[in-house]
Amino acid sequence: MTSRRSRRPGGFNTPSPAQTAARYLLLLVVLLLVIGPFLWQLSTSLKGPTEDIYTRTPSFLPEDLTFSNYAKVADTIPVWTYALNSLIVAAICIAGNVIGCTLAGYALARLRFRGARLVFGLFLATLVLPGEVTIVSQYVLVRSLGLADTLAGVALPGALAMLNVLLMRTAFAAVPVELDQAALVDGANVWQRLWHVGLPNVRGMLSVIVIFTFIGAWDDFLWPLIVLNDPQKYTLTVGLQYLNGTFSANPRLIAAGTMIAFLPIVVVFAVCQRFFFKGVEEGAVKG
Amino acid sequence: MTHRRWFTPWLLAGPAIIWLAVFNLWPAVNTVILSFTNAKPLGGGQFTGLENYGRILDDAQLADALLNSIVFMLVCLPLLTVLPLLLALLVQRKIPGITFFRTAFYTPVIASAVVVALIWGWVLDDRGLVNGLLQQSGLADSPVSFLTDRWLLLFSAIALTAWKGLGYYMVIYLSALANVPGELHEAAAVDGASPFRRFWHVTLPGVRPTMMLISVLISVNALRVFSELYVLSNGQGGPGGRDMSVVMLIQMYSRGFTGHLGYASALSLMLFVITLGPMLLLMRLNRKAA
Repeated sequence: MTSRRSRRPGGFNTPSPAQTAARYLLLLVVLLLVIGPFLWQLSTSLKGPTEDIYTRTPSFLPEDLTFSNYAKVADTIPVWTYALNSLIVAAICIAGNVIGCTLAGYALARLRFRGARLVFGLFLATLVLPGEVTIVSQYVLVRSLGLADTLAGVALPGALAMLNVLLMRTAFAAVPVELDQAALVDGANVWQRLWHVGLPNVRGMLSVIVIFTFIGAWDDFLWPLIVLNDPQKYTLTVGLQYLNGTFSANPRLIAAGTMIAFLPIVVVFAVCQRFFFKGVEEGAVKG
Repeated sequence: MTHRRWFTPWLLAGPAIIWLAVFNLWPAVNTVILSFTNAKPLGGGQFTGLENYGRILDDAQLADALLNSIVFMLVCLPLLTVLPLLLALLVQRKIPGITFFRTAFYTPVIASAVVVALIWGWVLDDRGLVNGLLQQSGLADSPVSFLTDRWLLLFSAIALTAWKGLGYYMVIYLSALANVPGELHEAAAVDGASPFRRFWHVTLPGVRPTMMLISVLISVNALRVFSELYVLSNGQGGPGGRDMSVVMLIQMYSRGFTGHLGYASALSLMLFVITLGPMLLLMRLNRKAA
């Protein structure tokens, strides 16, 4: 009898159709605010030279759809070279982080050695240091290594991020110790345990690191802006700002350039988003 | 776990330790050393004592930059602690299509700040979308100069920072909300509490620790702002360079013939000390709560 009051029709969690409709309406309003500017930029990039893009009655649909702005932006700045440069930097960073952070994370989580606590503490301590604070002396360092104005100089400092070492350590620490012990009884050495016992159990964290390293490297602006001088070596973000600064005339070209920088990120995110939100939910379960 | 050779762990952790020492610890130490010199991008580097720190005290552009940071922080704090929480409540329930909405709301976060600033630069242009709509609807007679006015430019940068940050803090709130026990809501509902009262007495206390963490993140990020202001002002920092942020000054002094790496280092150190403030506050509050 008492349970009837708490179980209103459909239970306490089920909203009325009107509530659901209101929720969807709100979701659509927010969607418009979030996606609208991106669509506006996409639409501008597809509008031909004869179409008035400054019109007071904005139109999201191009009158005569054209891809010529994408060809034209490549005539103005070497946009594909810039994309390739960004890709090279991202690839170096991904390789470095996957290899370096896996090895170090495993050592910190699974091997006992003198100084392990100190090393771990130092990794942790770097997290309170915002990247912008050391950017000047990092530039001095990269310059003294002879890497100023090179893509290697852009990629190197981020090729092994301290945060990712800590994330891999946490991931390896969550693998049941019994698995390791069983492998040890079977006579497996450290490398075999890392390869056959550890790695298969931390694939989720590795995917997250790959995705975020790619996004971080592809989107970065301040560091490549400081390191690079030669316009041929610019990454995409620096190149876009260069286009914006030297060629302020045509918003269609800037829009096309922006889309070249933005769309690969969207594709990567759309393909990998299940890893991403799964990670968030797992984190929630663990509390 | 055992390993046969004593150096195996050092071999595994070796690359990471080298990166820790070379690209993290040494630059931190060297920032302090450089801040006492007159090092230039093209050489130099004599010890000059406290000269750079003296210069900090009477740098009018830096005073503007610090004022900008404070305004940035004060406006972002209420906006980005409240709006993402409401957004998280909106997407919390698993209704059909919710994954699409969550993903879409996160899109501005993964976009480069440069991309976002270029898009908003065009949307807020004198002849852009917003001014077009404002004039068409009769709300404005002449274009509003979002990008060339000293204060409007700053507020435009704040607006796009908030817009870009919504999804990020939404995701953090989502995982916090998942930890608020459903039974509490149910019990409150049984007792006849209205949705608003349930929000106030169940949800809010449940996410309070997260809210404090987010406030610290917002404050620190407001102090670190760079790309948004740089791109919106086309690298100029607004009229008379009054819309510079501290990081923009650091970047400006680390380049070219007029650069001054010593002064840029002193500014970096000052920035670090300021960012410690919110972090220490959080640790203190956490200790009190515990």
